[in-house]
Amino acid sequence: MSTTTITLTESELPVSRPFPLRLHEWVTTVDHKRLGILYVVYALAFLTFGGIEATIMRLQLIRPNNHLVSPEVFNRMFTMHGTTMIFFAAMPLVFGFANYLVPLMIGARDMAFPRLNAFSFWMTALGGLLLYFSFLGGDGLYGGGGAPDVGWFAYAPLTAKAFSVGHSTDYWTLSLMVSGIGSVGTAINIIATILCMRCPGMTLGRMPLLAWLNLTMAGLVILAVSPLTAAQLMLLVDRYLGGHFFDTQAGGSAAIWMHFFWVFGHPEVYVLAIPAFAIASEVIPVFSRKAIFGYPVMVLATVAIGFISMSVWAHHMFTIGMSSGANTFFVLSTMAIAVPTGIKIFNWLATMWGGKIRFCTPMLFCIAFLFQFLIAGLTGVTLAVAPVDWQLGGSYYLVAHFHYVIVGAILFALFSGFYYWYPKVTGKMASEFLGKLHFWLFMIGFHLTFDFMHIPGLLGMPRRIYTYEPGRGWDIWNLIVTIGVVFQAAGILMFAVNLVWSYYRGRVAGNDPWDAWTLEWSTSSPPPEYNYAVVPTVRSRRPLWDLKHPEDPDWRYE
Amino acid sequence: MSPTSIFAPVSTPADSIMGLSIFVLLTVAAIFVVVFGLLAYAIVRFRNKRNDDRSEPAQVYGSTQVELAWTIIPILIVVALFLAAARVIASVQDASRPAGALEVTVIGHQYWWEYRYPKLNIVAANELHVPVSDPAHPTPTFLTLLSADTDHSFWVPRLAGKTDLIPNHPNSMWIDPHEPGLFLGQCAQYCGVQHAKMLLRVYVQPREEFDRWVREQQQLPHAEMEGAAVSAGQRVFASTACVNCHTVSGTPAKGRFGPDLTHLMSRDTIASGAAPNTHKTLRLWIQNPDAIKPGSKMPAMGLSEKDLDAVTDYLETLR
Amino acid sequence: MYCLIAAEAAIFTIFVVAYVFYIGKSVAGPQPKEVLHAPIFFTVCLLSSSLTIHAAVRKLAVGNMAAFARYWVLTIVLGALFLFGTAREWAHLIVQDGFTVSTNLFGTTYYSLVGLHGFHVTMGLLALLLVALFYFKARLGPEHAERLEILSMYWHFVDAVWVVVFIVVYVIGA
Repeated sequence: MSTTTITLTESELPVSRPFPLRLHEWVTTVDHKRLGILYVVYALAFLTFGGIEATIMRLQLIRPNNHLVSPEVFNRMFTMHGTTMIFFAAMPLVFGFANYLVPLMIGARDMAFPRLNAFSFWMTALGGLLLYFSFLGGDGLYGGGGAPDVGWFAYAPLTAKAFSVGHSTDYWTLSLMVSGIGSVGTAINIIATILCMRCPGMTLGRMPLLAWLNLTMAGLVILAVSPLTAAQLMLLVDRYLGGHFFDTQAGGSAAIWMHFFWVFGHPEVYVLAIPAFAIASEVIPVFSRKAIFGYPVMVLATVAIGFISMSVWAHHMFTIGMSSGANTFFVLSTMAIAVPTGIKIFNWLATMWGGKIRFCTPMLFCIAFLFQFLIAGLTGVTLAVAPVDWQLGGSYYLVAHFHYVIVGAILFALFSGFYYWYPKVTGKMASEFLGKLHFWLFMIGFHLTFDFMHIPGLLGMPRRIYTYEPGRGWDIWNLIVTIGVVFQAAGILMFAVNLVWSYYRGRVAGNDPWDAWTLEWSTSSPPPEYNYAVVPTVRSRRPLWDLKHPEDPDWRYE
Repeated sequence: MSPTSIFAPVSTPADSIMGLSIFVLLTVAAIFVVVFGLLAYAIVRFRNKRNDDRSEPAQVYGSTQVELAWTIIPILIVVALFLAAARVIASVQDASRPAGALEVTVIGHQYWWEYRYPKLNIVAANELHVPVSDPAHPTPTFLTLLSADTDHSFWVPRLAGKTDLIPNHPNSMWIDPHEPGLFLGQCAQYCGVQHAKMLLRVYVQPREEFDRWVREQQQLPHAEMEGAAVSAGQRVFASTACVNCHTVSGTPAKGRFGPDLTHLMSRDTIASGAAPNTHKTLRLWIQNPDAIKPGSKMPAMGLSEKDLDAVTDYLETLR
Repeated sequence: MYCLIAAEAAIFTIFVVAYVFYIGKSVAGPQPKEVLHAPIFFTVCLLSSSLTIHAAVRKLAVGNMAAFARYWVLTIVLGALFLFGTAREWAHLIVQDGFTVSTNLFGTTYYSLVGLHGFHVTMGLLALLLVALFYFKARLGPEHAERLEILSMYWHFVDAVWVVVFIVVYVIGA
């Protein structure tokens, strides 16, 4: 099978297309690659906003009884930071990568439903804008704008009309419902695409792990986002139609909101983590020069994680007074999910074992991902032990744990993916120098902030407090945590500079700069609009390995 | 030494948790050392050498034995951790209540703590007094946790893990501190604007001291109404909106929204630990609560300077 | 469509859970058995509409346009009847019994669950009407049978949800 492709790259089209026309093309696009880029650019903008919110919080907490911002503003900051980062930074990043890569990697020409794809993106985008409009609109009781201040999980009855006057909570509710529609639309698209549009020869057992993992993620989105939508509908009924779903005065239950929210909230973190695993599963083999170790086990482990993740939600609720039986069950289910997760770590390690590891920027971020995901998982295991959670849950130890997962594991894996696929998307190589600078600055910052953040938790500091008492032994640790922000910001700046500089001045990449093995590296960089001039046929999990090593093809061993 | 460290328990629940925490931490530390060791070794040993011949290393696709090994060992570890957890869950949550136990009802408010001792007929606020418990003859305190508004959480790390106060969802917890002293904590479930200043102060007292405190709390305030200034203050208190929110036993003031002030001067702090209980801060609190705890539910009463002085003087008689 | 049904099923599950959880927990106000009367006739209408839509799609697949049209319109009529029944029931509850979404926990969960279902019926009916419109503009043919098959899956789902809602609200809860 020939791999030469006849491509009509953008540079061959008339160069002087006016800006309004090009803008129109982008706004009306249904091409999965362009939508992927739109998702990612959108996410990076919101990542910046979330980062600013975090910085404000860390500056306020740099010393006890600080007065940088008022408690009202601080409470809005942590609410907006969490909501922004989860829904408008991490999820769009994940969807953006999935959108760009899944069709390419399964040899398809686009997603199953391109218009639904565009619709889903714009719904997500609208959600984010609606949320941020709350800074201007809304009429919170304390004036000065009405951004929501009820925390990103918006516990009842704090969100009742009685306790959250004005419309700030409604911005939270509505913006997430809107973007939730987008999320479900994208998930439907991913599932349909993977199940129906694989190229000839690509059985489910031959598709890249990235496809398997995004399929699992999409399944989770469908099952998990809906409960949040349902709960938010109920909240709207309470707030505007006089309903009593969460009205404790009328016999309603505050705990049931928690159940509904965390039935969403826990699978949600796997929605974010599993695509990160997907990136690691593609990058680590290529830069170790070995096939992924234990492909079938990796698939099984991921699907197991998906299933089990629907049964662990109440480990976020160990302190609310569930019975000892219920608490014990959730300890068990949470511990259970640690087993397939650990298996994945060992398989990645085994992939590297006996290989020839090349420390390019994508691999640096993946190695850091492994190291940090290991720690994050282990602190998670400590918290899974309910009595320990009775002390450390709701404290800065918990905050450190989940940032270790979301930043240390997920964001690092996403950075790895950025550097790995940047040549494919732009046709240029990203600067290794700037990439390594980004990596080391961000590593220093990340560890300064999130390693030391565990300590105030162990010393009794709860989360979501705008200031704290001196004399509790928390001061020095908060100072160190805040200092780390500077390095993280510097790292992100290097990243942004790299993205832009390399686009204009980077070395031309060619089809396959990393000597990789999956289908997307067989087409040009960037791919033509139709992806493949001739739809490929595959015989193994690494079609390009087969082409490059005709004497020793994979299909002999699978 | 931090006064709120989880590693300095003085009460059985905190103690059990610390023991379990150390076991769990050591276990995960061991796992970390092993796996990180392997990762570090792999990075060094299998790095691409500079003089590499660009050949591909042996392609290993998997190994059933290895997969089984690193499935079974984690399962065993998980089982061990689970059993350890289950034991402590049962011992803390399902502990029986001995006959001599003290019962306190804790009601969480935005942003203060109400303490009721039903069998002793005491209503207090913000500072919880409990007796020391001798491990040989335990006299624990059992807390019933309720909420008047949103969710709160009672967390004094040296005494026990945290338990939430959720409206329409009574919870319970217990402590049996075996050392007298003042133990600190704070609300651990975001409850609104001043969540950060909803501080906890638990005074663990030797038996005689505790009994004395109980007796003092059970009495009506000393009727030391000497002098015009004091009774003037009481008049201001009664005629302004104070009585809508606050109770002073033995007077017509029977408000329940704010803390009971009957024995205000027996407390070291005001505003749930946000400020010390001195003449100056008390006066400032009444004049402009936002200066101490912006967003608290106490309104600025807009009193004249004279009335402010009178009320403060009156409050200072409530011992 | 299966994925969409899965997502919608998850939403309905949460509302059903809330309904079941709050059975018997209303602090005041009327209880289900006091005000509810099982809408048997309208339920039969809705469930038979599943049969008629199935028949309609079968007829379309073999090109029997006239029979298709009869069954399709019948489906719409049955669905509309169901909605009419719900509207009548609600009018009685609200006007006669003074029973609304804010009356008590039962009111909140009842109107939300039945209302959410009714909303889905309405959306389905609008889609069915659109198809009828295409038919009457002579733009519909046997080649569209597969698409209508998929649409009919949505309609079957809505009926299946009603079976659950009916049992939970009118049988178990009352």
